[in-house]
Amino acid sequence: MGKRNCNNGPVSSIDSGSVGVVETHSVRLFDDGLTTRSGTVLPVVEVAYETYGTLNEARSNAIYICHALTGDAHAAGFHEGDDRPGWWENMIGPGKPIDTNQWFVVSSNILGGCQGTTGPSSMNPETGEPYGLDFPLLDMRDFVAVHRGLAAELGIERFAAVVGGSLGGMQVLQWAMDHPRDMGRALIFAASSRLTAQNIAFSAVGRQAIMRDSGFNEGKFLSRGTAPRKGLSVARMLAHITYLSEEAFQEKFGRNAQQGELSGNFGIDFAVESYLEYQGERFLSRFDALSYLYLTRVLDYFDPFAATDALDLLKADPVRFLLVSFTSDWRFSTEHSRRIVRHLEGARIPTSFREIESRWGHDSFLLDLPDYHATVRAYLDRAAEEIA
Amino acid sequence: MMADLFRPDLAVIASLIPEGSRVLDLGCGNGDLMVMLRERGCTGTGVDMNPDRVLACLRRGVDVIELDLDTELGEFGDDSYDFVVLSRTLQTVHNPRAVLTEMRRIALHSVVSMPNFAHWRNRLRLLRGRMPMSKDLPYRWYDTPNLHYSSLPDLEPLFTQLGMKIDKRIPLDADGHPHRFGNVAANLVASSSLYLLHAKR
Repeated sequence: MGKRNCNNGPVSSIDSGSVGVVETHSVRLFDDGLTTRSGTVLPVVEVAYETYGTLNEARSNAIYICHALTGDAHAAGFHEGDDRPGWWENMIGPGKPIDTNQWFVVSSNILGGCQGTTGPSSMNPETGEPYGLDFPLLDMRDFVAVHRGLAAELGIERFAAVVGGSLGGMQVLQWAMDHPRDMGRALIFAASSRLTAQNIAFSAVGRQAIMRDSGFNEGKFLSRGTAPRKGLSVARMLAHITYLSEEAFQEKFGRNAQQGELSGNFGIDFAVESYLEYQGERFLSRFDALSYLYLTRVLDYFDPFAATDALDLLKADPVRFLLVSFTSDWRFSTEHSRRIVRHLEGARIPTSFREIESRWGHDSFLLDLPDYHATVRAYLDRAAEEIA
Repeated sequence: MMADLFRPDLAVIASLIPEGSRVLDLGCGNGDLMVMLRERGCTGTGVDMNPDRVLACLRRGVDVIELDLDTELGEFGDDSYDFVVLSRTLQTVHNPRAVLTEMRRIALHSVVSMPNFAHWRNRLRLLRGRMPMSKDLPYRWYDTPNLHYSSLPDLEPLFTQLGMKIDKRIPLDADGHPHRFGNVAANLVASSSLYLLHAKR
């Protein structure tokens, strides 16, 4: 177990609230391969994961973190020699809302991703080439199957809580509905149980930008030495607009010129254009176009309440739910969270819900907003009391 | 639970609700009633809008849904609870008729309490030309959350009109205990009044 307790204490240059230097581990799961929901068998499934804090003797203090569309296993702390912390550093750490003095936190990269877990750019053992579009279409339940595989590998039968925002929250919902005995609590932030036509439209344009890029090469770009870089960066730029509110953009950039004053050209003249360009470019170094296609498509088809018996398992073994939405989130507005609440609460599942005042749009779930963090803290402090 | 915030009327409310009931507590505050009911094997949900109180509920393991009683009670399904409680909150909503109508839809049984504007001390203050102030009406006119004032005989016909039958009326004294006079001269002596109602289906 030693290697899983990778909390080496704070590093001098790092806040005392950080788990400090961490590393990403890799493990191969499913000796007999994983049969995905589409029926295709993935013979090899590697999973990248990190852990923070210490698993107690009773193995009762574990929390699983599910990341959003472009996240990864590196949720907290710092990789050796890196000065940027994990993506949820403000939420996870000693004394943070997800307090690593109390909890043993597991965070993994999802199936179909490109940060160490098997995905469409991984090598297909049958051909010796990257899968490309031969990789099976994925389902939210495939993500859950891999999370559960990792949990079994780590010897954790039940999580005190499973937590996620956006696509992460959707994994939490699916997991709780299908395997309610796996967790005591489910924390779902800025998520949706069914995308709207507008959500799907944004997704579709992002995918079209990638697939219409001449570098896409029918998805075989890795073998052919090309890459749909323009398409992927445009997809990211477009998506990024939906992650912030109009007010947030206005406050950050207004109509400011990128350099001195507006000069009237088709280049990058406004500051907001430069920002989007930067976001698009930066994304290329850490994300894969195929993963982007596969993961966004999972969101489009997600509709877990569609079946009439969808909540039967949860009714038999209720999980406690906390749903949080943010006032200015227009990608997954409060109505998306309310729909989840209506289904759960209507089925008599113990459910709490808060709408947090925030100006920052969908990305609010990643920010250090006092009311939001106090909510998570209160909910998990109670959970800690119950397992003590 | 802080002793100075303990409200005896909550114990009266809890005593009206059978063990094991599913309860929706509208304006649940920091969850005192739900905690009390949990000890009696009840389940359910609190509703409040005040962030500090919502946090207190979460910290105590009381499920709470943040929403606006005036506009968002439609989120709850028909007959999705056994009891809906609205204690000392009816006078603060914009549209009491609409809230009561939603309550009778959500559960067969309701418990409603409301300060009695016609309490004798209030009448005396009015006779002296001053607005009533009491333990149950502790605010000045300009900082009160109360939007509506009623006496018992003015309140009760509204229940009837909305198809809510009064199963029990419990006049309370200023401390929230059942008034020692019971229902004798209730409109004069009760500081507030508690009703157990059931919806005619």
